[in-house]
Amino acid sequence: MKKSGSAGEPRPLSLEEIAKTKGSTESETWELRLYVAGQTPRSVTAFANLKKICEEHLAGRYNIEVVDLVKHPQLAAGDQILAIPTLVRKLPQPLRKIVGDLRDTERALVGLQLRPTGTEVRE
Amino acid sequence: MCLPNLGAESRMTKAVKNKSQEKRSLPKSLTGIQGLDEITGGGFPRGRPTLVCGSAGAGKTLLAMEFLVRGAMDYGEPGVFMAFEETAPELTQNARSLGFDLDELVKEKKIAIDFVRIERSEIDETGDYDLEGLFIRLGAAIDVIGAQRVVLDTIENLFAGLQNQGILRAELRRLFRWLKDRGVTAVITAERGEGALTRHGLEEYVSDCVILLDHRVTDQVSTRRLRVVKYRGTAHGTNEYPFLIDEDGFSVLPVTSLGLQHEVSEERISSGIPRLDTMLGGEGFYRGTTILISGTAGTGKTSMSAHFVDAACRRGERCLYFSFEESQGQLIRNMRSIGLNLDQWVKKNLLQFHSSRATFYGLEMHLAIIHKIVQEFQPKIVVLDPIGSLIQAGNKRDAHTMLIRLIDFLKQRQVTAFLTNLTSGGDALEKTDVDISSIVDSWLFVRDIELGGERNRALYVLKSRGTAHSNQLREFLLTPHGVDLLDVYVGPEGVLTGSSRLSQEEREKAADLIRQQEAERKDRELGRKREALEARISALRKEFEVEQAEAQAADGEEKKRERALAESRTAMARSRKADAADTRKVLKKR
Repeated sequence: MKKSGSAGEPRPLSLEEIAKTKGSTESETWELRLYVAGQTPRSVTAFANLKKICEEHLAGRYNIEVVDLVKHPQLAAGDQILAIPTLVRKLPQPLRKIVGDLRDTERALVGLQLRPTGTEVRE
Repeated sequence: MCLPNLGAESRMTKAVKNKSQEKRSLPKSLTGIQGLDEITGGGFPRGRPTLVCGSAGAGKTLLAMEFLVRGAMDYGEPGVFMAFEETAPELTQNARSLGFDLDELVKEKKIAIDFVRIERSEIDETGDYDLEGLFIRLGAAIDVIGAQRVVLDTIENLFAGLQNQGILRAELRRLFRWLKDRGVTAVITAERGEGALTRHGLEEYVSDCVILLDHRVTDQVSTRRLRVVKYRGTAHGTNEYPFLIDEDGFSVLPVTSLGLQHEVSEERISSGIPRLDTMLGGEGFYRGTTILISGTAGTGKTSMSAHFVDAACRRGERCLYFSFEESQGQLIRNMRSIGLNLDQWVKKNLLQFHSSRATFYGLEMHLAIIHKIVQEFQPKIVVLDPIGSLIQAGNKRDAHTMLIRLIDFLKQRQVTAFLTNLTSGGDALEKTDVDISSIVDSWLFVRDIELGGERNRALYVLKSRGTAHSNQLREFLLTPHGVDLLDVYVGPEGVLTGSSRLSQEEREKAADLIRQQEAERKDRELGRKREALEARISALRKEFEVEQAEAQAADGEEKKRERALAESRTAMARSRKADAADTRKVLKKR
């Protein structure tokens, strides 16, 4: 389960790289995994927020897997999960993690690299 | 100044011990770390979190690691190590340097290692979250091996990886609570903060026990120290205790807790110098006492130590020789010059030398090392040569305290300590640099006596508790056959040693001879006079006899003549026919 190591050294991406990533995602399916711990209001909120973002920006090319750590505690170590809820972008590479209930959509988009920066908006 | 302190401390330790023996006292988990269990009166609080804080390199991780490993190996308590800084292979490697095989323990399911990697650059935060993931991970690890011990090293890293301080602080509080609810004995490590025990000033309040590790460098000499800052619900040692990290792990020295309750021995042991034994009431020193020999440079202190050691080895006792000035080779060579073969004892493993410069470690480190070696080698005799050097490793007060601790430690083990001290020029002679003269049991003094252009050594016993020791000075000679003690010349001209003593003795011998001759001469003269007198007496007697004989002879003649006269007169009267009466008258007239 130690896939996190293969993500390599994380580094800030250049604009070109981000554009390339974005280009490649056109045909690629996004693999998203949401870690929660039981059916708490916070995890419900997080899932709803995630769903909304995906529908708006990745319609038809995303998969969301919800992992309930209460049921599968052994899965927590694999993606180095500490905080709950945590959203992990497995694909496209590189691996990204967003911690929190995704209430702040702008920040979530930046975190998922659906927006290169917070200010520049690309459609 | 230090002694009352020690007393108070020992009373306290006793109180700790008594308390820990009581059933109603707080349940504790033995850490298995040498000395730490003694200070804490039985280990860390069972089922509660203990915080270990200290700056970088203070030894937090090692302490936590040893707590876990000892628990798993010695007390049958499996443990989880949650590492935020080092990966499992790194930890395994570090533990191996302490002699622990983590891999094996992990395989046996006695220890679980969970490395938590937090990479801020790949984490974004939006909105609310909690650390339930961490709790679940930890909970899962605890359940898998049935852990009773948990280590979190170092939770500060959470603050580095996550931004929301408010959430983190609240979650840390919850974590400590959670650990308590799970009933695991936890050790949490934390970086020391500025002016506070931890950086976030939180952990120390939610822990039941706080241990502070300190690594201080004073005058370029580093010393590690440990202090129990807080321990809810129990008494504990409050001092700073030195500790040591070496190939055998962590060891804390609760040495200040030693009291004055050591057993005493009636056994006497030889100093190795017969005449010195005579000076000490005929039998030498008491076993388990502290012997100090002080003296100026080159007075033979080391040689006396060597004699003592040699005698002990001959009895088959183990000796430890800590030398702060000479190497083993040098000592053995030098002692050979006074006829002592120490090499043979080294080969028979009865004697161990430990030579190191006093400045090589801090005082606490010296103490720790001596402790460790003494515990390993189990000697009967320990020599420290010379103790004054220890001042260089610290200051005078610290050296004093350290020596008191050391002496107490050795006394408790019935080890006879032999200390030498160099009295430097200008100092009062009957004084040690480290002011320990009052706590030693026997104090010998070797000094130079400069007289007639030469220096000679003299030895005397300043004190020897419990023995009727000699009050006299002895001349101290280093001969090829060892140390020899001679009577010094004490006479009208003062105390003489060396050639002065020899020449004085010669002079006295000569004077004696002359007196003797004079007496003989007088005897002879008297004899002669008596003879002369007797000769004269006999001569006079002879003269007298001659005279007497002559006188007798003359008397005889006279009588003869008178008779002849009377006869002739009678004849004449007869012829004249005179009266007989007339004749008689005539005779009467005449």
